[in-house]
Amino acid sequence: MIRVVLPAHLRTLAGVNGDVQVSVEGPVTQRSVLDALEARYPMLRGTIRDHATCQRRPFLRFFACEEDLSLQPPDAPLPEAVATGAEPFFIIGAIAGG
Amino acid sequence: MSTVRVLVGTRKGAFILTSDGKRQKWDVSGPHFAGWEIYHMKGSPVDPNRLYASQTSGWFGQIIQRSDDGGQTWHQPGTPPGEPTTTPDGMPKGESNKFVYDTSAETGKPLTTHQWYDGTQHPWEFKRVWHLEPSLSDPDTVYAGVEDAAMFRTNDGGKTWHELAGLRGHGSGPQWSPGAGGMGLHTILIDPASPKRMFAAISAAGTFRTDDGGKTWKPVNCGLHSSYIPNPTAEVGHCVHRIAMHPSRPKVLFMQKHWDVMRSDDAGESWREVSGNLPTDFGFVIDVHAHQPETIYVVPIKSDSEHFPPEGKLRVYRSRTGGNEWEALTKGLPQRDCYVNVLRDAMAVDSLDPCGVYFGTTGGQVYASADAGETWAPAVRDLPGVLSVEVQTLP
Repeated sequence: MIRVVLPAHLRTLAGVNGDVQVSVEGPVTQRSVLDALEARYPMLRGTIRDHATCQRRPFLRFFACEEDLSLQPPDAPLPEAVATGAEPFFIIGAIAGG
Repeated sequence: MSTVRVLVGTRKGAFILTSDGKRQKWDVSGPHFAGWEIYHMKGSPVDPNRLYASQTSGWFGQIIQRSDDGGQTWHQPGTPPGEPTTTPDGMPKGESNKFVYDTSAETGKPLTTHQWYDGTQHPWEFKRVWHLEPSLSDPDTVYAGVEDAAMFRTNDGGKTWHELAGLRGHGSGPQWSPGAGGMGLHTILIDPASPKRMFAAISAAGTFRTDDGGKTWKPVNCGLHSSYIPNPTAEVGHCVHRIAMHPSRPKVLFMQKHWDVMRSDDAGESWREVSGNLPTDFGFVIDVHAHQPETIYVVPIKSDSEHFPPEGKLRVYRSRTGGNEWEALTKGLPQRDCYVNVLRDAMAVDSLDPCGVYFGTTGGQVYASADAGETWAPAVRDLPGVLSVEVQTLP
């Protein structure tokens, strides 16, 4: 199972506490993980990726294994540790303000 | 005795204020959707317990929330009431709502750009829902005014939304440009006598009217004069801040423009200025007394570069003559050191007698008057900055 860490507001929207787990058939990529996440939590559709373009929302970033993966192609394989569930896939809201 | 429910959208959540018909003591519930911007909440006129809310975030985009019990509980409309809120394996379901601009061939002229601040053309990009206007006859039908300016409609209680593309497509869309607050469609008025007639107002494009339920639209801005645009009397480009009508006289419209308070007696075909003796005719809100169609309210703001009341005195101005002659209403409002703003969707009236008038400020106060504006008191204070105020009068 893939572990996904959501920002607090999205945990509230999804009605979950803590990490969520999703299963992915085939290659483990940003796209396949987010597809699985949105299939299991439909209320998150449009909140991470734009509905129309499927682009990552500008103030969200993707991290795993202490790497910023935000600019990686959506179909690039995620680190093996994410695929095995050893490390979570983080969806992080940008910190804004002073 | 009747009760009053005030729906308050703020920068950090929604609040619902309730009172009996005396409107002196208020119960406050909230924050609902804590931490999210609630641009607007409004109830259905035919089912007052059916509420819709625009929940939005710069991080996470747009959510539509719906309540079927007067705001006690909420759900995203993807999950109809009465159906399980979880999937068979126990997980919550529902969905965020899609607002996708119509670029289909059926519209004939799909629009992809509008005028940007520097005069170049810029792609149309959905940002948020500014205003939700429920149908006068069907609780499942709601119109949404969005940024970048367009109108959408749902016929299934908010689950799916479709653009009324004739508004952007009528021809002047490429000339619309954003105001300082964005290019938002912020006002939707439905003619009670002829529900296929609707008015929409956009910053900074102007006012538009449809007579066929939203299929086709025309600009109705004749008489507006805006010295800050290249052609001050252009057909479009005016920064209309808010329009209002009394349901008994739907051809009479009142407008708070960027500068100027205006009036139309012919459903927007022509406008004339009625700013009269106002201390400044800049402002955002305008509304009409529930029982006196010639009595209107505005909150003058000093200028477009100083968004606060003149002299630090928060004053509602009332005209009992449909404009031109205005009186300051100050009793109970701060008359010194007050530098809040009152945003365009943040004034409303109830339908009790005497008429109640309400407005919210960027300082987080919601002021209420139970006597048509003679006296005021805060129904609540120290909320996050108020974006919108709507009122329901309940039996």
